[in-house]
Amino acid sequence: MLLLEHLWIILALPLAGAAINGLCGKRWPKSAVNSVAIGSVSLAFLAAAETVREFSHLAAAQIPYVKSYFTWIVAGPFKVDFALQVDQLTVVMLLTVSFVGMLIHIYSTGYMAHEGGYYRFFSYLNLFKFFMLTLVLAANLIVMFVGWEGVGLCSYLLIGFWFLKKSAADAGKKAFITTRIGDFGFTVGVLLVFWTFGSVNFGDIFKSVSGMPAESMAQMGILTVICLLLFTGAVGKSAQLPLYVWLPDAMEGPTPVSALIHAATMVTAGVYMVARMHPLFSRAPIAMLVVAIVGALTAFYSATIGLVQTDIKKVLAYSTVSQLGYMFLACGVGAYGAGIFHLMTHAFFKGLLFLAAGSVIHAMGGEQDMRQMGGLRKKIPFTYWTMFIATLAIAGIPGFAGFFSKDQILEAVQSGPHANPLLWLLGVVGAALTSFYMFRLVFLTFFGAPRYDEHKVHVHESPVNMTVPLMILAFLSIFGGWFAAPKLVGGVDHFTKFLDPVFSSYALPGAEVAAEVPAEAAATPATELLHALTGVPVIVGILGLLLAWWFYIKNPETPKRLAQKARGLHALLLNKYYVDEIYAALIVRPLLWLSTNVFWHAVDEGVIDAAVNGTASVARASGGQVRKLQSGNARSYAAWIIIGAVGFTVLLLGLLGVVR
Amino acid sequence: MATESHLLTVITFLPLLSVVALLFLSSDDHVWIRRIALAASLAEFAVSLLLLRGFVASSPDYQFQENHDWIGSVIHYHVGVDGISLFLVLLTTFLTPVAILCSWQSIRENVKGFFIALLVIETAMIGVFVSLDLFLFFVFWELTLIPMYFMIGMWGHDRRIYAAVKFILYTMFGSILMLIAILWLYNKAGTFDLLEIQGLLQAGHVVFAPRTELLMFGAFFLAFAIKVTLFPLNSWLPDAHTEAPTAGSVILAGVMLKLGTYGILRFCLPLFPDAAHRMAPFIAVLAIIGIVYGALVATVQHDLKRLVAYTSVSHLGFVVLGIFAFSTVSIQGAIYQMLSHGISTGALFLGVGMLYDRRHTHEIKEYGGLATPMPVLMSFFLFICLSSLALPPLNGFIGEFLILVGTFQNHHAWASWAASGAVLSAIYLLWAYQRVALGDVTVEKNKTLPDASARERVILATMALAIIVMGIASPVFTRRMEASTNAVLQQMERVQNASHRAAVANGARAALLPEPPQPSAAVTLAERRVQP
Repeated sequence: MLLLEHLWIILALPLAGAAINGLCGKRWPKSAVNSVAIGSVSLAFLAAAETVREFSHLAAAQIPYVKSYFTWIVAGPFKVDFALQVDQLTVVMLLTVSFVGMLIHIYSTGYMAHEGGYYRFFSYLNLFKFFMLTLVLAANLIVMFVGWEGVGLCSYLLIGFWFLKKSAADAGKKAFITTRIGDFGFTVGVLLVFWTFGSVNFGDIFKSVSGMPAESMAQMGILTVICLLLFTGAVGKSAQLPLYVWLPDAMEGPTPVSALIHAATMVTAGVYMVARMHPLFSRAPIAMLVVAIVGALTAFYSATIGLVQTDIKKVLAYSTVSQLGYMFLACGVGAYGAGIFHLMTHAFFKGLLFLAAGSVIHAMGGEQDMRQMGGLRKKIPFTYWTMFIATLAIAGIPGFAGFFSKDQILEAVQSGPHANPLLWLLGVVGAALTSFYMFRLVFLTFFGAPRYDEHKVHVHESPVNMTVPLMILAFLSIFGGWFAAPKLVGGVDHFTKFLDPVFSSYALPGAEVAAEVPAEAAATPATELLHALTGVPVIVGILGLLLAWWFYIKNPETPKRLAQKARGLHALLLNKYYVDEIYAALIVRPLLWLSTNVFWHAVDEGVIDAAVNGTASVARASGGQVRKLQSGNARSYAAWIIIGAVGFTVLLLGLLGVVR
Repeated sequence: MATESHLLTVITFLPLLSVVALLFLSSDDHVWIRRIALAASLAEFAVSLLLLRGFVASSPDYQFQENHDWIGSVIHYHVGVDGISLFLVLLTTFLTPVAILCSWQSIRENVKGFFIALLVIETAMIGVFVSLDLFLFFVFWELTLIPMYFMIGMWGHDRRIYAAVKFILYTMFGSILMLIAILWLYNKAGTFDLLEIQGLLQAGHVVFAPRTELLMFGAFFLAFAIKVTLFPLNSWLPDAHTEAPTAGSVILAGVMLKLGTYGILRFCLPLFPDAAHRMAPFIAVLAIIGIVYGALVATVQHDLKRLVAYTSVSHLGFVVLGIFAFSTVSIQGAIYQMLSHGISTGALFLGVGMLYDRRHTHEIKEYGGLATPMPVLMSFFLFICLSSLALPPLNGFIGEFLILVGTFQNHHAWASWAASGAVLSAIYLLWAYQRVALGDVTVEKNKTLPDASARERVILATMALAIIVMGIASPVFTRRMEASTNAVLQQMERVQNASHRAAVANGARAALLPEPPQPSAAVTLAERRVQP
């Protein structure tokens, strides 16, 4: 039980890597920086794996395994330990984060090989791993918040990595500030949690909450308020409506960063947090509904934007926003396991998509516009095949990882205890759009005739340290979902079963029974219809594929004609519904105007300072008058003294009278 | 506290002693003036650390007390520290050597006078924190003003005279009111001794009528609020900061603003608890306005130093809010925030000063892209910004979060409004950082600016270390504050009870009675936890 006792080692390794590279890396050759960076994350992964092995020997009663290292904050009744914990949910996150993170580190050694600030990049990347693992391992809300804010910081640093570019620096700032708006809600949520439960430890909170009944749909109870506030934080961090605006801009960062932070790990922190806090959410039906609605709307909404983007990374960014929406949709209907399942498979295939896109960009010498690509299939076969597999996975084609997880989500929305046909419809349409825009991406990039100048751009396949991570992720994009495969033939869904202890231990009394009812119900026409609908997500996925093929391979002129015909709609989508412009016009500019003209110039200078300076000039003017009293005449002085004394006494008496 | 100790006296007057040493040096001997001043301030810091060794964390009493007659038998030299003042003294002794080191080269004229002023301020500020006699307190309070006035007026920038006069007039105005209140208090209680007055109040031997109490509270509070730059009394601060030399700003922001919050906590609360309770809603609203307003105005500044000055208005708003939430947690948070604001904002001013040393301007648009010519300095600057915007696990987070947690116990709305300050601080600091450090170097002169020198690295690394230590090892501090914080709240309650008893005994003015004492200190969360 060596590592389980010393969970901090998993955190210390990447932190040490970050510190060493940050302090000494500048003077070191790249190979040394590589060994430190890769070495530390690889060791962290091994440590995580060993921890999981030890964890698997624990008895059920010992889970969650909590380990407290020192008291971090203490004041009055408010006490926060630096405490870490491991349960099944942690295990899934821990392995996903540390493994995908390690692959992306390796990939980066190839991708960033020709970039300046090499040591700085890896220092930030390691620091990110430290904070992400802290977030995942945290045993209380405050330590989780450390990770939560820390990953935001690293995201800021890495988006703005090429800080000489104004757009990159802007994007980094936007990301940090937008997520901080969400964190405002999260902070108040944490305050309310402490006020309600008198603790911020997950264990204590859940114990208290397990005795509480579920709140009703009719009125907002305390749990609903808490959940909605915490969810605000998730909306910011996981880029949901209406705070998603930072994520597409975040593509200004280097592509491995997009893969690691803005696809596979950090942006899923909101989903993880909601799943972690499920005992509260499960008792707050209004909050659940809000989560589900926001998730479904985001899934649909950003998929529509993805349809028309021409920047290969922007398509993937909107796709990420959309897929995160599915995860929240799952949580919102109580299918936390399905949400986490999709989180994991998404980490595989979306991480792969980004890395492959990076490989394409690398091959094209920095070009990101898909209109300038085409026909790359033969020239970069590894990249093509792996990206194609990832696309099949995200489109939900049966047999691939995304199929299993997305199917579970839509099934839960369709027939689970919180089923909701409208949201299901949004989800299904979103799935069709997803399939369409992803295959559009593949067809535009890899098929057809080259649209770039072949004399200028020398397309070349990426080096081994980039292609090997691609292949490993491609493998996982196929088989990573097979935990659930036995269910298709009437067996057990191993993934859900593994997570079950987490999600059932604080479930509402009687909830399991309720969950079983639909399955056991007699075959009415309604249930038959439901069964008939189960296959729909797969069908729309294939439809999306075919439609993309029709549009971009069979009749490449169609998209242009369609765009001409529906010019308004096309412009609306192309400009992302003008949301950035609306925010700028309604919030940013008014606030700046108000701060400059009202608060600063009018209030601070116009009123307060003017009053002070006015007093001063009155004093000076009256001083000028009073000076005339200094006549040098002793008798007049004496008279003034007496008058003054009398006046002062009267004043004092008067004042005291008032006082008494 | 039982053992007679002269440690506090030594700590208070050691800087003054080194002033005497400086007087013997020739005014032209800049090298030795600097060295002696630095050595003296470092020795002072080392000596002040001895306080930690003898300090009993669990005791709410004043420790290291010393009490002698001073002027007749009326005014005493009575000093002592408790958990509230302990770290403020240490903050002062910590920041003074830093301030001296940062003036190493930027002060070239009348070097001797400058360092003398700095050391006199140190004595005066420590004196304020350790005085337990109101008259003594007032003497030290006034003593802080004069050297600071000269520091701004003589070694400041272009509009230094205006700023210095504004600074002195503003604070003098408050001081006079406070002096009247102190004399009045003496008239009532027959002593200047804080402990004796507290005893009289708690025993009910001295009782204020509600309106008297309110006036007295107001007189003290106004003096302190001006120092704190509570909205709308903040307009002296941006000018004073912008015009002051770097060391002046560091001391001003780092310690002097806290004289005000310290005074509120030490005098306004325990002596006039009823008035404090009655005024709390109004003051809290002003504090919250200060948090939001200071942040918004900071956002749109063109002058980097002015921007940092406005952030103080915002951060000190948190402190005042924490104090007037009257909970153990929020007051500890307020004290913590005082310390960490001293470190973070002091460090911000140090960074701004280093830029000024190179370019002699505070205009943000004169900078831009500095991360390229000076990566080390800008990395530190970013780190300091992060500490100032309360990123966990750095120092700013602890204080701010404790204030929020404590305030939230009794006042959800206050805490929620204040929490929005966290969003705003990210906006103004990151935007400023971007305009200064990121992007292309836009001004030709900036391309060849030298990165941080060894001296500057020592300064910045010291501040960074303090930021990390205060972020990770917060119990080291809070454990020593708790007993005294609780003591303040208990005193408030006892005084309130005493005055209510007296009022009932008089049988009169029942109508004028304020509401019964609100459950403040001792109320733990236990009572509020989950109602099944």
